[in-house]
Amino acid sequence: MNDQLRRTVPWQRHWLAVVLITVVLLAVPFVAALGGQAWVRIANFAILYIFLALGLNIVVGYAGLLDLGYVAFYAVGAYVYALLASPHFGLHLPFWVILPLGAGVACLFGMLLGAPTLKLRGDYLAIVTLGFGEIVRIFLNNLNAPINVTNGAQGITLIDPIRIGDFSFADTTTIFGLQISGPQKYYYLLVALAIMVIIVNVRLQNSRVGRAWQAIREDEVAAKACGINTRNIKLLAFAMGASFGGIAGGVFSAMQGFVSPESFSLMESITILAMVVLGGMGHIPGVILGAILLTALPEVLRYGIEPLQDALFGRMIIDPESLRMLIFGLSMVLVMRFRPAGLWPSPQRRRELAESTR
Amino acid sequence: MSEPQILLAAHEVAKHFGGVKALHDVSLTIRRGEIYGLIGPNGAGKTTFFNCLTGLYKNEGGHFVFDGVKLAADAPHKAAEVGIARTFQNIRLFGNMSAIENVMVGRHLRTHAGVLGAIIRNRATMAEEAAITRRAEELLHYVGIHERAHDLAKNLSYGDQRRLEIARALATEPKLLALDEPAAGMNGTETEALRILVEGICRDGVTVLLIEHDVKLVMGLCGRVAVLDYGEKICEDVPAVVQKDPRVVEAYLGGSVA
Repeated sequence: MNDQLRRTVPWQRHWLAVVLITVVLLAVPFVAALGGQAWVRIANFAILYIFLALGLNIVVGYAGLLDLGYVAFYAVGAYVYALLASPHFGLHLPFWVILPLGAGVACLFGMLLGAPTLKLRGDYLAIVTLGFGEIVRIFLNNLNAPINVTNGAQGITLIDPIRIGDFSFADTTTIFGLQISGPQKYYYLLVALAIMVIIVNVRLQNSRVGRAWQAIREDEVAAKACGINTRNIKLLAFAMGASFGGIAGGVFSAMQGFVSPESFSLMESITILAMVVLGGMGHIPGVILGAILLTALPEVLRYGIEPLQDALFGRMIIDPESLRMLIFGLSMVLVMRFRPAGLWPSPQRRRELAESTR
Repeated sequence: MSEPQILLAAHEVAKHFGGVKALHDVSLTIRRGEIYGLIGPNGAGKTTFFNCLTGLYKNEGGHFVFDGVKLAADAPHKAAEVGIARTFQNIRLFGNMSAIENVMVGRHLRTHAGVLGAIIRNRATMAEEAAITRRAEELLHYVGIHERAHDLAKNLSYGDQRRLEIARALATEPKLLALDEPAAGMNGTETEALRILVEGICRDGVTVLLIEHDVKLVMGLCGRVAVLDYGEKICEDVPAVVQKDPRVVEAYLGGSVA
């Protein structure tokens, strides 16, 4: 009933929501800047993670392929950008060449991972992808000899920011008397990219390919019997997800100006996966919420725990860093215990869980 | 090329699991437009035959000729492509997708839109998507469960799930529809409704291969029947003859009754 109602509500009636969201999105970097540029960077990372989580959502949420090595594609994109736009090789290609190239290379790696794992499912696939992620990181760490490609653990520094003509995303510019800092510019770029990935996710969900992915997730044998070439369709999911990881990596490189293998640890893969699962697998608003929460929560805890302990006990009792991870982990356990479908699951998932617990 | 009225010919199909011979040189022919029954006691190899035919298993010996062309027996999606659709003994629907989405998945094979089309939503993709939806609605009507179109497949009643599986199979535009025990677990009324549906499907030009335990249903519905026992075809004829065949009686009742 409710569903039917929601379907008949025309888009025009949502104009108020659209205007509100636009205003909020435009205002965020300036509000965040009141607390210092660090908060703008945190907002940027939240959006970068939305991008990554929605890329992974295609693989995990739609096609149901448990991928624990997603960060490998992020790393590939980041290093493609870093190598082609830094003094390391003396190359300074423009971003509109490197970002698509990074997406392409990551896509290639996606198929490279996908091809040998096509027959694996569930736990087995998770282990292989986990290994793949680690292999990429270890390669990046050690590819400084005999030929120095990645500069090893030191990473690559002085990476070019994204630049359009003379307009660089790294400097502060004044437009109509309004000062816009580098991070604030990246914020708007990231929002644009995130909107793009949201549109792609939404449109794929209700498409021929999207349905084929979901069919494979639900029952692979039946999907085959329906004439779906599961090999190609699974590879497509890996390739699509990886491409988004590659783009995110490129932007990360440009924004940070520095990459090293340290940024692409297993923990990173797990965090991105946690965003998808915690938010609500396969449900776009849920995944967005998961990404924002899991980026913001550790930062809020980082800045909040010290003053809180001071106020409560007058001194530091527990090291804030360990307490931060403790609270973070505990909140994840609680969410999974009490909201197993995620914080904001799709209406279908919610219905079905309600039924199974009835 | 084989005779034009033969849709499917199985030539000495053999399949074994370890030492167990599940199928022992089974040959049979199915003619266009008929309802062909495949019966036999539990474990006789009926479902194994289905799985070989639809490419889920790779048969060790023999081959299938479908519509005059030898089947490449290695990929289920290729079997579907040449026009063999099937249902499963233990219903295999896409449980967390709605009924209509299940049927729409069945249209995958006969449509073409790719990722790019889905993202930019060009006119051709949108037209194709509308056609998919329309066809899926028609098929739900056809099997009589259009009222449940937007319910999750897993929430449908047992009988409706069977019907949905048939609708999904029909969406692939098959020449041969292979039904694996469609009446299992159905009561009399449901079985009767199923019989009418299968007859209708046949009348609309789809040849039907039916595995069934319900002997009454098979005898009333099928033009010809083959009986499998311990992986071997022991009999193939019109129902009236099959019923009286002493080997069939023995296979079903066991021992040397006669």
